[in-house]
Amino acid sequence: MMAEQPMPLWEVFIRSRTGLAHRHVGSVHAPDAGLALDAARDTYTRRGEGLSIWVVPSSAITASDPAEKGSLFEPTASKIYRHPSFYDIPEEVGHM
Amino acid sequence: MTTIQLEETPHLAYLLRLADSALINAHRLSEWCGHAPMLEEDLALTNVALDLLGQARLLYEHAAAVDGNEWREDDLAYRRDAPQFRNLLITELPRGDFAFTIVRQALLSAFFHPFWQRAQGSTDRALAAIAGKAEKEVAYHLRHSGAWLVRLGDGTEESRRRTVDALDALWSYTGELFEVDPVGEAMIEAGIGPDPETIRPVFEQTIDRLVDEAGLARPPGTWMQSGGLRGVHTEHLGHLLAVMQHLQRAYPGAVW
Repeated sequence: MMAEQPMPLWEVFIRSRTGLAHRHVGSVHAPDAGLALDAARDTYTRRGEGLSIWVVPSSAITASDPAEKGSLFEPTASKIYRHPSFYDIPEEVGHM
Repeated sequence: MTTIQLEETPHLAYLLRLADSALINAHRLSEWCGHAPMLEEDLALTNVALDLLGQARLLYEHAAAVDGNEWREDDLAYRRDAPQFRNLLITELPRGDFAFTIVRQALLSAFFHPFWQRAQGSTDRALAAIAGKAEKEVAYHLRHSGAWLVRLGDGTEESRRRTVDALDALWSYTGELFEVDPVGEAMIEAGIGPDPETIRPVFEQTIDRLVDEAGLARPPGTWMQSGGLRGVHTEHLGHLLAVMQHLQRAYPGAVW
């Protein structure tokens, strides 16, 4: 029996017309990086969304462990002074 | 009787060839919708189909204007019978397997990309404008189908076998791309259509590069099929039209 490799998964990041940074939009299956770019173009830029595409092998991503969310994220909940909501913004600055 | 009759001047016949080839190619690709080997390719193939359908619509609209009668794009697409269709035979062959579809699209795109590049200089201003749009679309079709051709040829034993079979089956249909009959001569003469002989070296270079990368060889066959341009089709076109035209034939003038 011939061993068939499962088609690798790629994470897709698109820089939109308006945004500055690439944003994660989803994932595609493709045999290699070149076809992953094509698949990302065909799947995620059908309505003129993008100016630039990145694809990254999903296996290259190191993710945090959801079980550790307590120690990772909860300590910030009590540090509301980190939110920039304690400043008076001068009127000349306008909308930020 | 819902079939229309046209007085085909060389100019009209030429536009119908381009429009019919785009439409029939689009229809065959649309048959993959919901059936492609993976979701990503389902989208990719139907994207290509939609590009070609868009080209067909513009070409029919222009053909209808050149014809000067009351017919609209839908009449030209839905109210002509198989012998009145002027598409290349290669576009009407059943969709086959994924390799067959990919090889067909690579062959067509390898021709039509340089074709539309040259057609941007057409003395027919409307055709030149359509060419400007089509050229970018077909550049992507070539990139997509070419990339898959290389990977299928250079892939598993099965994908290689299927790709070789598709190349062998389709090769004799590439002669029509370069066929110049009196209609073609008149169009080259008038500066409306490019001379396909100027496209041949580009086409051959593209195909040689792709099959070489795929570890395959261009089929040796030199005998070529012919007929589509004058309405002599394979038995497959009638079946395709029966599906594609059914609604407008059964309910003439039906709209959404």
